Amino acid sequence: MEKMLLLGDEALAQAALDAGLSGCYAYPGTPSTEIMEYIQNSREAAKRDVHRRWSTNEKTAMEAALGMSYAGKRALVCMKHVGLNVAADAFINSAITGVNGGLVVTVADDPSMHSSQNEQDSRFYGKFAMIPVFEPSNQQEVYDMTRDAFDMSEKYMVPVMMRITTRMAHSRAGVKRKAVREMNSLKLPGDMKQFILLPSIAKNRYKGLIASQEHFIEEAEKMGYNRIINGKDNKLGIIACGLANNYLNESMRELRLDYPVLKITQYPLPVDMIRSFVEQNEEIMVLEEGYPIVEESLTGILRSEKKIHGRLNGSLPRDGELNTEFVSAALDNNQPDEKELSSIVANRPPALCPGCGHTDVYLALNKAMEKYGKGRVFSDIGCYTLGALPPLNAIDTCVDMGASVTMAVGASDAGLVPSVSVIGDSTFTHSGMTGLLDAVNKNSPICLIISDNSTTAMTGGQDSAGMGSIEDICKGLGVDPEHLRVIIPLRKNHEINTKVIEEELEYKGLSVIIARRECVQQAVKIKKINAKVAEKT
Amino acid sequence: MKSDIILAGVGGQGILSIAAVIGFAALNRKFNLKQSEVHGMSQRGGDVQSNLRISDEEIFSDLIPKGTADVIISVEPMESLRYMPWLSDSGWLVTNSKAFENIPDYPDIDLIYKEIKKIPNHIIIDADSIASEMKSRKSSNMVVLGAAIPYLPMEWTDFETGIRMLFGRKGEEIVQMNINALKAGLKHSKT
Repeated sequence: MEKMLLLGDEALAQAALDAGLSGCYAYPGTPSTEIMEYIQNSREAAKRDVHRRWSTNEKTAMEAALGMSYAGKRALVCMKHVGLNVAADAFINSAITGVNGGLVVTVADDPSMHSSQNEQDSRFYGKFAMIPVFEPSNQQEVYDMTRDAFDMSEKYMVPVMMRITTRMAHSRAGVKRKAVREMNSLKLPGDMKQFILLPSIAKNRYKGLIASQEHFIEEAEKMGYNRIINGKDNKLGIIACGLANNYLNESMRELRLDYPVLKITQYPLPVDMIRSFVEQNEEIMVLEEGYPIVEESLTGILRSEKKIHGRLNGSLPRDGELNTEFVSAALDNNQPDEKELSSIVANRPPALCPGCGHTDVYLALNKAMEKYGKGRVFSDIGCYTLGALPPLNAIDTCVDMGASVTMAVGASDAGLVPSVSVIGDSTFTHSGMTGLLDAVNKNSPICLIISDNSTTAMTGGQDSAGMGSIEDICKGLGVDPEHLRVIIPLRKNHEINTKVIEEELEYKGLSVIIARRECVQQAVKIKKINAKVAEKT
Repeated sequence: MKSDIILAGVGGQGILSIAAVIGFAALNRKFNLKQSEVHGMSQRGGDVQSNLRISDEEIFSDLIPKGTADVIISVEPMESLRYMPWLSDSGWLVTNSKAFENIPDYPDIDLIYKEIKKIPNHIIIDADSIASEMKSRKSSNMVVLGAAIPYLPMEWTDFETGIRMLFGRKGEEIVQMNINALKAGLKHSKT
């Protein structure tokens, strides 16, 4: 077959489709979003009717994927790294239940926090759940490993993790496809107690998972992805994980070095392979994209006699994404000085789009908050987080999906009254609704502003789960209809909107203001679609 | 042969279309290719870049190391300077002259031109005006790409093919408009 030019995300999606996927489940999150989008745009997926609708959050996605696996079919669940925190309960327990149809959990980490709140390393989660993890070093490996992950998942009846990072997710290269496999047919689990995690059953399932560990290690030793590449100079042996292999190869080619390399792209770690590799080399360097997991497992608390270079001993930066320059500097101190950036170049941070409704929400809110002073606005994850930057300076927190609601509740419990919460529509349905129920039950004196642009805008305009039903959701949770207001955030409504917010801030109980205006980016898209339709008719 | 290219601009200015055309052109020559893109938060009016690596050898890293880029192609003048630490001593900088001012502290444009002119190999092109004259304001990014063609390892016909592959679905009129924009940019570099 011809090579396809694919993003890492797209290679993963294509591999899953070719592996006989029956359903993809996901909530959008950079850098994982393009996996689901590729499947949604795939004609083959449409023809085979592969499930490809967005889920309300990562937990519902993980559980639905597990349900599809229960029914015997192959399922893929995708999320960004912090999404796995949301899905963690289902994720960890899915390792105990095990799977029926193949289940691959794809997590896209974001070292250097290009679009995230932290740079947690999902390999830890893989270890925590005690399941196999693949960490591909190039787009072709993304494709091949995803297919192998499904097979391995069915062979050992466990979920298998694909761990990629931003650089892999959003980089294109040629990928060769393999033959398309048929979908599984509907089939209940052989043991109908497998998925009932009552303690008596869970204890046995867990023992089974522990017993599988040696098989997972054996696979990591023998499958061929982890391998030693011989080098002439054994003063240093380099253990390189995933993408770090690319930086290392480039650096060694440039510096004309020839050290032995142990390439790690599959976990749990191949213990024997590592032991013999370490024995053969005088000193060891560990290169890994993310936390120093492999390095820590080598050094441990009892220091080994061999010198180990890595993120922990300062040979490489302790945080952030790796690159060829960092690796070269670790291998050779005599690196040329960098050219300096001209001092006239100003920072250009992202900003809300011209005409964005969130801006009008913040202008009205800032005005209404003048008499209460700073430090009372709890916000959330989305485009509207950009309201933290000048000139708006409108919000005081951004922590995790849904935290705006519950942090405002907690602050009001402490006496910070009024407290305000600002959340988007998609984030509200993702994780804000349950917090609102807490606020309803206590009649917390907070004002919740749902800035509803009717899409998931920051990740590029995906469906919003609560579209058209935000009022009903609030009413259903028990919000007093007298204090459920709707405003249209336009500049011309500034005064009236400010007044509505002021009124609700005066109220010593829970109020919800829905500020609804379509995302300007979406409006342009819809206009284009309408024009196309009009042209055809 | 290797050509490491940094594409620079502001989110929403269409650098990914430039990347796609170069990518298709490179594939047409059967070169190896890696192309790293920026998606996510920065696309909201922040600075964005794409690293494009073309070679007849195996390409390892998705990222271009500092001091080694062969060409910087920028659709915005200040953004072209942001990637100076990546440009090699013999590298070319090709940039649009039109500033995109969405920040309060945007520097004096003449200072920016002065900085750009310190680079031995530079081309400053008023792509927005050229595209406007041709009544296709949207293809100013293709004008900039056209101006960079002499410094890229593919031929004119490869780029033409690239444009067809990217815009073909939108009809012949759009294809021609972009080819004309590309031609206008190339003409500017050659004169």
